[in-house]
Amino acid sequence: MFSLLRSMWLVFLHMFHKRDTYQYPEQKAPLPARWRGRIALTRDPDGEERCVGCYLCAAACPVDCISLQATEDEHGRRYPEFFRINFSRCIFCGFCEEACPTYAIQLLPDFEMAEYNRQNLVYEKHDLLIPSQGKYPGYNYYKVAGLAIKNKDKGEAEQEEPPVDIKSLLP
Amino acid sequence: MINAWWIIGGVLFVLLNTAAGLIWLERRMLALWQDRYGPNRAGPFGLFIVLADTLKLFFKEDWIPPFADKVVFVFAPAVVVASVLMSFVIVPFAPGIVVADLNIGILFFLAMSSLGVYSIVLGGWASNNKYALLGAMRGASQMISYEVFMGLALMGVVVLSGSFNLQQIVESQRTVWFVIPQLLGFLIFMVAGVAETHRLPFDIPEAESELVAGFHSEYSGMKFGMFFIGEYLGVTLISAMVVTLYFGGWLGPSFLPPVVWFAIKTFAFISLFILLRASMPRPRYDQLMEYGWKVLFPLSLLNLLVTAAIKLWLVTK
Repeated sequence: MFSLLRSMWLVFLHMFHKRDTYQYPEQKAPLPARWRGRIALTRDPDGEERCVGCYLCAAACPVDCISLQATEDEHGRRYPEFFRINFSRCIFCGFCEEACPTYAIQLLPDFEMAEYNRQNLVYEKHDLLIPSQGKYPGYNYYKVAGLAIKNKDKGEAEQEEPPVDIKSLLP
Repeated sequence: MINAWWIIGGVLFVLLNTAAGLIWLERRMLALWQDRYGPNRAGPFGLFIVLADTLKLFFKEDWIPPFADKVVFVFAPAVVVASVLMSFVIVPFAPGIVVADLNIGILFFLAMSSLGVYSIVLGGWASNNKYALLGAMRGASQMISYEVFMGLALMGVVVLSGSFNLQQIVESQRTVWFVIPQLLGFLIFMVAGVAETHRLPFDIPEAESELVAGFHSEYSGMKFGMFFIGEYLGVTLISAMVVTLYFGGWLGPSFLPPVVWFAIKTFAFISLFILLRASMPRPRYDQLMEYGWKVLFPLSLLNLLVTAAIKLWLVTK
């Protein structure tokens, strides 16, 4: 009996406690710095798309919400012809971000993406691309990869030795 | 003397609005005690949630399950509201402001609150659903057994005031409120009242964690709304009865009119009901029955015997 009265008293005292609720639209909750929200495609320091259309994100996605088609420009540089993410299926797990070898896909802290029309949740490439380098400033995949594209031949990448001529006998 | 129709209309208006307002009040109070806000968006302090809830209930599909006993199924929700509203007939809100000044007011109240059992049993039975039936059986046995010593606890007040008439009971509390000589009776009446309205912690007929929604599992729309309103009306009724019988009804310092005193006291007890809901766990069903028959029943008998003996001693002295 005493414990019942005591619990009633303790609950009554909660009247004078501070409320825990965030009044959401007016008052935002503080997000952790690495919050995984909306997916974005970042750009390299030159402002080019980082995505090379390797399909690793689409393969890693547990709910198959990523769909893309890779293609190549005249200089041998790969990019996605289209890149489509269906956010009505996305579970914000971040596996695509982990799978991406060029830091192209990154998850932003933005999570307020509610729509009245479900079709509007399908984001195309121009919706996903952001004019930013995201969490990895200064990283440029083609500058460090040993791949020949326009204005850069093999051996000219950063921290890369010129290729060895395997047909020559000279030291 | 005020015209009786005005009193009836006023009482109905106030009661039904109170019952609807309690939806809001309970959610806000529960939220307050759980460090939340509760409904605070629609209108000032979220008051329009009452309107939204009512509209929602009206526009919901009024579904009768094909396996249900249709006549009884429709009839049952009306019984609870009707019986509780009938009980309010004898509640004196202020001197002269009472719908029917019955000589046997308390007996009428007990009879009407017993009728409320029918709504639970019939509703549960007509639903033709095992959870509803289980809830109805629990409800029936709980209400019948708690009724016994609810009545017995009231008899202490009757012995002290020498009347079944509620106005005279209030008048005889001019010197001292009956809660002081009848503290035990008040506590027993309060517990029995909570069980009678099957509110938490004694919401065993509903017990949503065990029985889906108990006796009203199959109800939807406004028929469910009737059970809902009936429950809030029951809370108001028990609070009003506690105030009338033990806390001096409309009596109070004269800077406020009697009706206001009555309303303030009743509101305090309604808040206590909500606090009970916020803080108490639900007992097991057998614990509830054991507590009723083995503890409260002997206590209420003892209370009645001692009160009667003292009264006799005082009279014969």
